[in-house]
Amino acid sequence: MRFLSLIWSNLKRKKLRTSLTILSIVVAFVLFGLLCSLKEAFTAGVNMAGADRLIVRHKISLIMDLPFTYGSRIERIPGVAAAVHWTWFNGIYQNEPKNFFGSFPVEPEPFLSMHPEYVVAEDQKQKWLQTRTGAVVGRTLAQRFEWEIGDRVPLTSPIWPRENEEAWEFDIVGIYDGAKKSTDTSGFFFRYDYFDEARARGEGQVGWYVVRVEDADRVAEVAQKIDDEFANSPYETKTEPEGAFAQGFVQQIGDIATMLVAILSAVFFTILLVAGNTMAQAVRERTEELGVLKAMGFTDGLVLVLVLAESCLIASVGGLIGLGLAWLATAGGSPAPSILPVFYFPVPDMLIGVAIVVALGVVTGIFPALQAMRLQIAVALRRHA
Amino acid sequence: MINWLSQIVSVTLFNLGTIPQRRGAALAAAVGIAGVVAVLVGVLSIAEGFRAAMSVSGPDDVAIVLRTGADNEMTSGLSREETRLIFDAPGIARSSDGSLASAELFVMINLPKRSTGTDANVALRGVGAAAMAVRGDIEMVAGRAFEPGRNEVMVGAGAARAFAGLEPGQTIRVGQNQWDVVGIFTGGSGAEESEIWTDAAVLQPAYHREDAFQSVYARLATPDAFTQFKDALTTNPQLKVKVIRQSDYLAEQSTMLTSFIETIGVAIAGLMALGALFGALNTMYSAVAARTREIATLRALGFGSGPIILSVMFESLLLALVGGVAGGATAYIAFDGFQAATINWQTFSQIAFAFEVTPGLLSTAIAWAAVIGLLGGLFPALRAARLPVAAALRET
Repeated sequence: MRFLSLIWSNLKRKKLRTSLTILSIVVAFVLFGLLCSLKEAFTAGVNMAGADRLIVRHKISLIMDLPFTYGSRIERIPGVAAAVHWTWFNGIYQNEPKNFFGSFPVEPEPFLSMHPEYVVAEDQKQKWLQTRTGAVVGRTLAQRFEWEIGDRVPLTSPIWPRENEEAWEFDIVGIYDGAKKSTDTSGFFFRYDYFDEARARGEGQVGWYVVRVEDADRVAEVAQKIDDEFANSPYETKTEPEGAFAQGFVQQIGDIATMLVAILSAVFFTILLVAGNTMAQAVRERTEELGVLKAMGFTDGLVLVLVLAESCLIASVGGLIGLGLAWLATAGGSPAPSILPVFYFPVPDMLIGVAIVVALGVVTGIFPALQAMRLQIAVALRRHA
Repeated sequence: MINWLSQIVSVTLFNLGTIPQRRGAALAAAVGIAGVVAVLVGVLSIAEGFRAAMSVSGPDDVAIVLRTGADNEMTSGLSREETRLIFDAPGIARSSDGSLASAELFVMINLPKRSTGTDANVALRGVGAAAMAVRGDIEMVAGRAFEPGRNEVMVGAGAARAFAGLEPGQTIRVGQNQWDVVGIFTGGSGAEESEIWTDAAVLQPAYHREDAFQSVYARLATPDAFTQFKDALTTNPQLKVKVIRQSDYLAEQSTMLTSFIETIGVAIAGLMALGALFGALNTMYSAVAARTREIATLRALGFGSGPIILSVMFESLLLALVGGVAGGATAYIAFDGFQAATINWQTFSQIAFAFEVTPGLLSTAIAWAAVIGLLGGLFPALRAARLPVAAALRET
């Protein structure tokens, strides 16, 4: 690599331009990182869906309740391994509507075995089984409000007032982590028995069921059987795979997510275009010098490599710093936890970013490099005269 | 002074004359800035549009009554007795038919969205006889209003646009009930235009909610009667309710989404502006570098450094403004009036809205462009002014 110093001095000849170009590439890749994180955040629910799980909800709308007794009826349907119920509690901390997060009364044991993606330490789980007012909260939620195990947390719910009209009190007995990075750890789970007994109305009603089927290939068939079971009852159901259910939710957010992603992509490519133009310009200016190099005996191939190496170096310095900054920025967690509970820069996207870095270096370098390679010495030397 | 001005003018004209020779770099800078403006305007027009949809167009004289502790209609609940007490409260406008107030029921149904074909939540609102008079600006644009007592619905124009199967003459099936679509209405707030309306008395039995309502919409005698109305209800020991102006209610519902979009929009545009600033700096530095000899010649001829600085900055500003206007125009053409629908995070119902590129937004964005242009020109201009004349003249 004895030509490194040559490349280096080429970069140094216009330090300011080189650094400005690198900086704009940094900016472009920071944006790229945010774009990927945002996209991941909007679709996190889809990615974490289990292939063998179904969601059973009221046919008219998710907000309508189902009877608690449906659980055992669903479990008796052939092909169903287990069914657990969820209910939307809509808990609010400190009576501040912005302190809002997903909170659900569940039955601890069946719930945790249905959802292995929520990882709770064994002793915390035991504690939960012993504590009627116990709650297990997600890591990001605990961090958001600085809750620790042992804290007593009052929540109010506009949907589910307590019988005595006071706030609901919960003791935090555990903090769960996600089995994967895409797992939503902003949930608040507490015991259904406590909830059902103390709520002012709606006893024996739950929100929806999550069902595990025995054979993931037969989900459609089992879903149909569940809906048939409850057809023509006062509570007809709609059963769909968890992924489709989550997808439906993403599509409800709909146009906004699409627009943000579209706009960010446009921005990313605009910046690359501008930076690429400058890089190509920097090579074109030096036609004469390249002619001198060739006159000194540099081969066509070597000139091509020199020019390409220069553009790739600029692209990778800028690109890798940008990706790194994006990773740092997203490591801090979600900027809007109530809308985007999961927010991180996924590794596959990071690799795509690296691929784009390489592509940027090659594409911006290749045309001037080819020109330089094909340059006839006499023409090049004459250019400026 | 005149001399100074004429120096500025002549140097600037001379600079601008050389732009065609530097087409590539100048274009790149302008495109970068156009990008900033387009992004800023594009993203913020989403927030503007959503906010506009979630606001009332008419006078601010409608009050909403919800149960204490409820932050939206979805989580509220009122009994028939409570609604009667509310109807009799002072401060409500009255007509020969009684109070201009409507006890309403608010439920969610699933219908396929036009754009994706997948199910999404639409609000189905059961309203009282006075509902139209309470809003005051409801107009039927197709068909007719529903007839009380029948399984008929009228559909807000936004909902009709966003969801399939909501044309007059069609039928929607919800659970075991069928509803005939008989008309399309506009007016009310944009949020209400995203709803489907029917008679509350028909909706209650269909949802097993006899005698239960979720909210009361009341037209106030005057906008100022709000306090009187509110005090009367909140001090009534038989009632546990909260009273809120419709405009405030809607603003509260939209805050979460609009502030989210605005934060993201400004952050993206800020980063993008940084990128464009680097582009502009590069362009102007190379513009100055390419003209080192010319500038030195001018200085040697007696041109002051002031006019040189100003002329470089003016050139940069001009490029930025051209870019900014182009970006703004692109954003206006691409985004203004773009029909979209998204979820209202408080009730999880769909709100149809149109992106709005407002003059305020455009001027903010162009101001951004101007700042980028000035900053992008400043440092290169200073360099141009500081060039040592003798050395620069010798430069090849």
